Amino acid sequence: MKIRNDIAALLLALGLSSSAPLLAATAATDASTVATAPRSAQTSEYALDNGMRVIVKPDHRAPVVVSMVWYRVGSVDEVTGHTGVAHVLEHMMFKGTRDVGPGQFSRLVAAAGGRDNAFTSRDATAYFQTLQKSELPLALKLEADRMANLILSADEFKREIQVVMEERRWRVEDQARSLLVEQMMATVLKAHPYRQPVIGWMNDLQNMSVEDARAFYQRWYGPNNALLVVVGDVQPDEVFGLAKKYFGPLKPRALPERKPQVEPVQRGIQRITVKAPAELPNLVMTYRTPALQDPEHDWEPYALDVLSDVLSGNEAARLNRSLVRDQRIASSAGAGYDSVGRGPALFQLFATPTPGKNAAELEQALRREIRSVVDKGVSAEELERVKAQSVASHVYERDSMMFQARQIGGLEIAGLSHRHIDLFLEKLKAVTPEQVQAVATKYLVDDGLTVAYLDPQPLPAERPAPPPGGPDHVR
Amino acid sequence: MSVNVQRLCAALLLLVASGWAHAILPIQHWETRNGARVLFVENHDLPIIDLSVEFPAGAAYDGKQKAGLARMTNRVLQLGADKLDEDDIARRLADVGAMMHGRFDTDRGGLALRTLSSAKEREQALGVFAAVLEQPTFPANVLSREKVRTIAAIKESNTKPETIAAVNFFRLVFPDHPYGQRQSGEVETVEALTRDDMVKFYRDHYVARHAVVALMGDLTREEAAAIAERVTAGLPAGSGAAPELPAVSDLGKGDTRRIAHPATQSHILVGAPSIRRNDPDYFPLLVGNYVLGGGGFVSRLVEEVRQKRGLAYSAYSTFSALQRKGPFMIGMQTRRDQTDEALKVVDRTLRDFLEKGPTEEELTAAKQNLAGGFPLRIDSNGKILEYLALIGFYQLPLTYLEDFVKNVGRVTVADVRAAFKRHLDASRMVTVVVGAGQSPDRTASSTQQ
Repeated sequence: MKIRNDIAALLLALGLSSSAPLLAATAATDASTVATAPRSAQTSEYALDNGMRVIVKPDHRAPVVVSMVWYRVGSVDEVTGHTGVAHVLEHMMFKGTRDVGPGQFSRLVAAAGGRDNAFTSRDATAYFQTLQKSELPLALKLEADRMANLILSADEFKREIQVVMEERRWRVEDQARSLLVEQMMATVLKAHPYRQPVIGWMNDLQNMSVEDARAFYQRWYGPNNALLVVVGDVQPDEVFGLAKKYFGPLKPRALPERKPQVEPVQRGIQRITVKAPAELPNLVMTYRTPALQDPEHDWEPYALDVLSDVLSGNEAARLNRSLVRDQRIASSAGAGYDSVGRGPALFQLFATPTPGKNAAELEQALRREIRSVVDKGVSAEELERVKAQSVASHVYERDSMMFQARQIGGLEIAGLSHRHIDLFLEKLKAVTPEQVQAVATKYLVDDGLTVAYLDPQPLPAERPAPPPGGPDHVR
Repeated sequence: MSVNVQRLCAALLLLVASGWAHAILPIQHWETRNGARVLFVENHDLPIIDLSVEFPAGAAYDGKQKAGLARMTNRVLQLGADKLDEDDIARRLADVGAMMHGRFDTDRGGLALRTLSSAKEREQALGVFAAVLEQPTFPANVLSREKVRTIAAIKESNTKPETIAAVNFFRLVFPDHPYGQRQSGEVETVEALTRDDMVKFYRDHYVARHAVVALMGDLTREEAAAIAERVTAGLPAGSGAAPELPAVSDLGKGDTRRIAHPATQSHILVGAPSIRRNDPDYFPLLVGNYVLGGGGFVSRLVEEVRQKRGLAYSAYSTFSALQRKGPFMIGMQTRRDQTDEALKVVDRTLRDFLEKGPTEEELTAAKQNLAGGFPLRIDSNGKILEYLALIGFYQLPLTYLEDFVKNVGRVTVADVRAAFKRHLDASRMVTVVVGAGQSPDRTASSTQQ
């Protein structure tokens, strides 16, 4: 997922982590920015007899290790009436086992000098620790324990579901742009569960029970639905030995059949308006586009990736230059496309008009930019710039072990392989101006478009604040 | 796990971590010909160079009538230099995959660059960076556009409960001090900013003698020295000493503001002025605050507010140690009908901590985490650059990182209790609530039940 500038705020609703102040959510599965020369460091891959997979990437720059356990289950696996349960279960995973009491997981990791957290996305649920390298066994031992032995108590659930509802209020209910994105996704897709918010609809949260969380845990949490990714100052064979020791004894589960849930063809433009408290309007245009299926033979996803970068991949890119700087019709504007995922891939344009301009005018301006690519194509210079950025990004990404772990996990969860990382760069470099023009012509068309407007609502007139030390002093 | 074993582990870690820091982070330090301080760590693991140049040019230097000036100067600085217009700058950087961005906070203003270390890329990126820093043109037409965008953003944020809470909180905590002013400025003050204001601010504040150059990555000492000269030689010479900020007054009494807002949650901030960055109580407060509300899931605030009562998703406390006394702040959001309950829990938790301090067990856990987690603080080039810039700007000892674990390790319960008592008084705190207004509005949230 490409997340840039103000787009990040819009996409918050798509991925959640357990405690926002500890970790800013970043998405890591962007095919366009994952490959380059110098080639990625060697990874080692193993499988346990119970079906659990282990991927290790050594990075010896600091005596630190990142350990992530990924479950291939996310909001995409939820059914109507039970939205949000994957994320609620993620919260409950910190509430203890027979051997480790409620909240003790984090205390043990913290006492070892570590940090831990988790996130739930549409595709996966992942739990991670960053530690001094010598403490890796602690992380693996604790993760193996809660993979099999989680205690889901009604008492803990009663409070934690309140926490999750507070999280929903904070992330979505009181955020105009999050509401816009949530409503938009529910409009773009009709059948595929990507239409559901990861955090769940409020009414589903209000009616969720501890039994729902337990059923979800028993259905999906087993070693054969899990992937361990370790990046850091480690020797791969030693990590494999530890994984065997802690996860090896766990029994696999019979996993439910996964239905394909292919989204039906869209048959014409869709439009929605969302009213919420805000100052400025906002606009999101979403086109239906293909996801990456076959990294060797597909070419369209790579071309769409390049198109998105030509539009907004850098400060000199088209939307910023044209809409923000030259025409001054937008306060901000950007494009995003995520080719990597278990479900449908969408190509999106986001923009906020400058004061005095409205969403309709801005939509026309965005359409002119699309039209320009379709009619005149893109220049070799623009393509070179985008490719230079991809090469550099890949080097920069190696400065973060957490990023590398998320990248590996994200690709694997999507059914692709982290071993394609270098291939992605080659494919990206091979994209031609004609291919970019071709995908714009084929996919950025009205019949596959959903347009969402935020209609800003004024706040009620502000009541004056009381004087200092006034009568409603609470202390 | 027994406490004794944990203590032993922690003791071992102290040795390992501090030795390692010294081994991998020999900070080289010198001054450029025109007096800028340079901090450099040489490391060739990745073909990357990180560079920042910072000045006492943060929001605190705005002056009363010109809130937003420092930030706007920092922004427009990047949008025109020498013969380059903003598109040239953007294109030249993007062509070599370089990333340049402004560095800006309460005290500091400056510029940072990340580039590949290969010759062609580095040369082009540094050329743009030096031009921007040393020969900014502050184009009038760019300024007028950025003013429009900034004012739009201010108006948008004025609708957000978190912004309303923060703006009011800082005004009340720092009533007579620039730290109380809004960093973005207000609509009227931004409207009034001129190009001349910017040029003057740049000449007065982006001064070579007050600059701190931090360099990290794939460079030799000679290359680093040449870069430091190149990005500072053309800076304004300035006149006299570095600009001074006034002292921060302690609050005479507590104050509570409730501001009505239709949001489903109340946003709560509680706090007061606390410490300067070079205060000797920094480490006792760091360790103590880990226990109170800085330690995430294992802190008292999260335990009381979230784990025991389910009142909030996030609850935290922080000390922002600045050039002058920065704020201590507790923050959380809760469903509006539980506002008063949440305030009581926060108040009780804070008072109890100020009175009794942490328990021995809590202190040990805090030290274990802060000492044992030390390697995580410097496990990337990006993080190390941040520390170099911090050490340089606040003139912390060059051994700050080496000594970090030792300084954490020597803190006692009595130190924490004494330090918190010296700097905070529960009866003189500012409390701001945005959401539930004069009295908690029970009807508005009934649909959530």
